[in-house]
Amino acid sequence: MTVALPAVLNSEWTKIRTVSSTVWTLAIALIATVGFGAGFCALISSAFDSMPEIERATFDPTLMSFSGMQFGQLAMIVFGVLVVSTEYSTGMIRASLAAVPGRGSFLLGKLTVATALALLVGLTTSFVAFFVGQAILGEHGIGIGEENVLRAVIGAGVYMALLALFSMGVATMLRSSVASISILIPFFLIVSNLLSGFEVTRKYGQYLPDKAGSKIMQIVPDAMGRGETPYGPWGGLAIMLLWVAAAVLGGYFVLKNRDA
Amino acid sequence: MIEAVGLTKRFGAKTAVDQLSFQVRPGHVTGFLGPNGSGKSTTMRMILGLDRPTAGHVTINGHAFRELPNAQRHVGALLDAKAMHGGRRARTHLLSIAQLSGIPEKRVDEVLAVVGLQDAARQRTKGFSLGMGQRLGIATALLGDPQVLLFDEPVNGLDPEGILWVRNLMRRLAAEGRTVFVSSHLMSEMAVTADHLIVIGRGRLLADMSTQEFITHNSAGFARVRVAGTGPDGRDAFAEILRKDGARVLQEPDGALRVTGLELPRISDLAHEGGLRLWELSPHRASLEEAYMRMTRSSVEYTSTDDPRAQLWETDPLALPQWEEGPAAPEVPQTGFFAPPPPAATGGSGFLMPSEPGELAASAQNNPEASR
Ligand SMILES: Nc1ncnc2c1ncn2[C@@H]1O[C@H](COP(=O)(O)OP(=O)(O)O)[C@@H](O)[C@H]1O
Ligand SMILES: [Mg+2]
Repeated sequence: MTVALPAVLNSEWTKIRTVSSTVWTLAIALIATVGFGAGFCALISSAFDSMPEIERATFDPTLMSFSGMQFGQLAMIVFGVLVVSTEYSTGMIRASLAAVPGRGSFLLGKLTVATALALLVGLTTSFVAFFVGQAILGEHGIGIGEENVLRAVIGAGVYMALLALFSMGVATMLRSSVASISILIPFFLIVSNLLSGFEVTRKYGQYLPDKAGSKIMQIVPDAMGRGETPYGPWGGLAIMLLWVAAAVLGGYFVLKNRDA
Repeated sequence: MIEAVGLTKRFGAKTAVDQLSFQVRPGHVTGFLGPNGSGKSTTMRMILGLDRPTAGHVTINGHAFRELPNAQRHVGALLDAKAMHGGRRARTHLLSIAQLSGIPEKRVDEVLAVVGLQDAARQRTKGFSLGMGQRLGIATALLGDPQVLLFDEPVNGLDPEGILWVRNLMRRLAAEGRTVFVSSHLMSEMAVTADHLIVIGRGRLLADMSTQEFITHNSAGFARVRVAGTGPDGRDAFAEILRKDGARVLQEPDGALRVTGLELPRISDLAHEGGLRLWELSPHRASLEEAYMRMTRSSVEYTSTDDPRAQLWETDPLALPQWEEGPAAPEVPQTGFFAPPPPAATGGSGFLMPSEPGELAASAQNNPEASR
């Protein structure tokens, strides 16, 4: 019932730092985001002058430097899923819950540690991706001191952490790596983009967690062909937070009520 | 003290645990015995609050497990030897669980030494044998130095030395006044480890009594008699004499007779009167294993049927001749005494029977009320 949270945090930190999946998922998240971002920035940079006038006018160099995140975020999702689902697939969950019967403290501790780590890696990723991207964009780039830029860079790191947390919530509900990953990856890679790709479905698609959450990384409101949204950067983040809260609460109720 | 009252667990239509009520007292090793699939693990999971009972409840020292403050300091459990992340090293696995209750790191090294895994401490657990996994699981249970310990099939996969070690560990823990609840599907193991037995079959309570009581209730005495000479004539004649005197006689594969219902001196007298010499006349007890199987037979979850080998059949030139009574069964050697082989899956009254039908059964079989 009353397990001290610091104890659970301690334990979860030991768990998370002693499995290799933590290292490789987070490393891929960083490398893919920075790498693909750099690649896209290089492409745009060389083709900038031949771009249509309207795209040049709404060019958002900050958002551009995060363009690798659509791949890097997939590794974040896998990280979030594995942190939770390996407890189930290995049976470790029973040993854990036999030691901490309090489901609430257990889940809170686990999600706190994993999200904090994801946030740390997310922020590192966003700053590195920003500076690398701006360096490549050169004259088309933007400085960190410009208006709203710092918000966007920090926001990108927060976005990655929230996406990991959302995945943890989903994995706690589904309790399986395969089920969670095979739902989340196609969802964020395909479904979300499809829904936002067409004019008719976009009014729904824009409320999906990744679409709403990534608004925080934008400096120019309708940057580069992205349509206007009924919410601003903070509104978008709030929408994403609602999704995350729903997933985590759902996970908590499953953990509390189902047999382990 | 563990107390279950009307504990019931259904998985869909399947009733895994059925109205189970029992108490596990401190200071004893209590064996939890039942065939595979009889509901032992499910019961253990309910004790630990991992599975929610469909009906009934179970408490530890008066508290539901989930309400125990600092549970790990009160209850330690080994549930599944493989329940750990294979990529983690043994020591960090233990450490992560110890930290949950703020147990100091030094204790981790202590329990590793207790279970003899100090040299494997830095090995990843995916390389562990089942036996090493069991030891690590036992170490986990011991971490919090708890007063109540649950072990689900702890000797599975252990070598003889390991089995002996577990047995002594259980006894030592109980001698320290702790509550020790150990499950097993092996009667022979429980007979030497447990002071008290709770036997279940198909989730139902079949017996709840001290091991000593269980043994006296359930093992019938018999005599093994071997008539001098190698031919069947003398033996068959003597079997006839014994039967006339009211004995029940069965023939064993090695040519000896198994006699129930007559005292040894009487058998000796009859041989003398019949002018027969004996090469063997020895007292035996039927194995508990068999009593246990008789008790649980009607409730065995996975009974095997005889493999008909329809396409493979041919006359075996070395086959033993069929005796008149009951099917000959292969000899099962066991420490101490000749243990009768398991009764055939069919023909309920196959092999060894007490002289009075039902004499053995009446004491305990399927009759938990009468046996308590
Ligand atoms: N999670 C579950 N879902 C469905 N059936 C289960 C589950 N766990 C156990 N069972 C069933 O309940 C019965 C008892 O299983 P178990 O408690 O593991 O027996 P034992 O440990 O005595 O071998 C078995 O028939 C098993 O198939
Ligand atoms: Mg079992």
